[in-house]
Amino acid sequence: MSQFKQIIAKRKRQDFVFNIIGILCTLIGIVTLGALLGDLLMDGLPRLSLAFLTSFPSRFAEQAGILSSWVGTLLIMIVTACTAVPLGVAAGVYLEEYARRNWLTNLIEINIANLAGVPSIIYGLMALGLLVYKFRLGTSVLTGGLTLAFLILPVVIVATREALRTIPQGIREAAYALGSTQWQVVRHHLLPYSVGGTMTGVIIALSRAIGETAPLITIGALTFIAFLPPPPVSAAPPFVSFEWLSSPFSVLPIQMFNWVSRPDQNFVVNAAAAGLVLIVVTLSLNAVAILIRYRVRKRIKW
Amino acid sequence: MKETSALQYPVALTADQTPPTSPEARHTAARTLTRWKERIIESLLLLAAFSSVAITLGIVGILVFESATFFAHVSIREFLTDPLWTPLFAAPHFGIMSLVMGTLVTTAVALAVALPVGTIVAIYLSEFAPATLREILKPVMELLSAIPTVVYGYFALQFMSPLLQKLIPGLPTFNMLSAGMVMGIMIIPYVSSLSEDAMRAVPMSLREGAYALGANRIITALKVVYPAALSGIVASYILAISRAIGETMIVAVAAGMQPNLTIDPREPAATITAFIVQVSLGDLPHGSIGYQSIFAAGITLFIMTLIFNILGYVLRKRFREVY
Repeated sequence: MSQFKQIIAKRKRQDFVFNIIGILCTLIGIVTLGALLGDLLMDGLPRLSLAFLTSFPSRFAEQAGILSSWVGTLLIMIVTACTAVPLGVAAGVYLEEYARRNWLTNLIEINIANLAGVPSIIYGLMALGLLVYKFRLGTSVLTGGLTLAFLILPVVIVATREALRTIPQGIREAAYALGSTQWQVVRHHLLPYSVGGTMTGVIIALSRAIGETAPLITIGALTFIAFLPPPPVSAAPPFVSFEWLSSPFSVLPIQMFNWVSRPDQNFVVNAAAAGLVLIVVTLSLNAVAILIRYRVRKRIKW
Repeated sequence: MKETSALQYPVALTADQTPPTSPEARHTAARTLTRWKERIIESLLLLAAFSSVAITLGIVGILVFESATFFAHVSIREFLTDPLWTPLFAAPHFGIMSLVMGTLVTTAVALAVALPVGTIVAIYLSEFAPATLREILKPVMELLSAIPTVVYGYFALQFMSPLLQKLIPGLPTFNMLSAGMVMGIMIIPYVSSLSEDAMRAVPMSLREGAYALGANRIITALKVVYPAALSGIVASYILAISRAIGETMIVAVAAGMQPNLTIDPREPAATITAFIVQVSLGDLPHGSIGYQSIFAAGITLFIMTLIFNILGYVLRKRFREVY
């Protein structure tokens, strides 16, 4: 009997020890996250000011700012979202609702799974060879936006498919019973009901894209740029111009990379401040995504 | 009465058909139009789905095309056996192995951190942590992979390196150890989240069976749940390896830019990805051997990740358990 009790005590001890190990390992991640944020805050926060956000980069660390790079990031993201979202949602709808089980569908599905595992810098090489030189788009906002759109396309497709899959079959059957065509079912029922899930995926994909540096460096994005692209809207006719699409650009992470690799400590402080801006943007996008997911989960009860 | 109606019916029908605006004809025309519209929409959607295949073809095509001209100048033998990689020097050497070693060493360091820690976190979250704690911890851990990699590069160079320099005297500022460790922490959530999903998908009855035989939680987790979820766990490991091999900014910032054929993680060394970044930052003329060398490096990287992806596919099939 006492032996039995000993065994039980031993087993309970094992569980307890692993509980501690598990908590410690989880803490490694959380402590690192805290150290990273703390480090950036300590180095970068004093440097952060309105002037920092509204100045061009400069040879002098104290006068340098991130105006051209955050504008670049914004423009690139507009191109990326406008390309990847329609394309990805359409592809997701096709694969989930239309596709028959045949070799073509299989090919597309295996291909999407593989694309998700391709390193981002490879997309940059593809864009450099294909978009910059073959299609002669140059190192422009358009090229950069398309590159990142290719990169996040698999994520958008997968998010769309998962969102569609949560819609019960009964909804589709009810709509068909009333004489809807397949497109009407998609347009009036499936797309509206899946918008929450798709949006979550899209926002997370875009927050990834904002932080992507390597593919944009590969296509030759500038590290020092002291002008803004031409504005998309103007007071004089024709009011709307797309010249900004062919403008050269820099983005926030490239600006940060440029500053971090300088020996001058003042520039490293600038890098920390730029990193802080970058983190605030990506983390708030993630927070929005989590919020949407939570709201959708609460609202919809099939 | 009967006859007249039988006679009238076809007459009425033909009379109805003659004007083009009759309801039935309109109905048929509308149906044809709808069918065509549906068909066009389906083709457009198929085209969108096919765009992903086009991207792959673009990647493979460009990599093969551009590196073909590279391999016209450099023999594959030299590419694989020359210990030096100095494509931009006056006397160029094209030995990719020094870059491959840099990639493999940083990847190994990252995996040494991410695989054990990630697996333990997954087991803890799936089998030990209370549900409410799990719902909080999982998204927090996932934030680790949401932070831009260039920020991690900054962290590795400005925080991790000085910290390690205190522990390991003589450690240079740029070294593969700190870059690899930070990279490992970054990919913990890839392992922990996906493995946890896989473990939670294991049916409760398997655990209950183990408990009924007198096993405690940890034995159940290690001997029953882990093997049962191995297919999904292996998939998460493979994803982590792919990420580590292709990771660019952390190593470009913190591991150094000089190719260095070594297996010592304390030394600085350039990875394949860091080399591509370094060349891209400069102004290389299109078509020069330096320009082509980044595509040769790129195709090497692509093949390395492809091998791991295929390996992952095979292992997933092999370990798949169906309940």
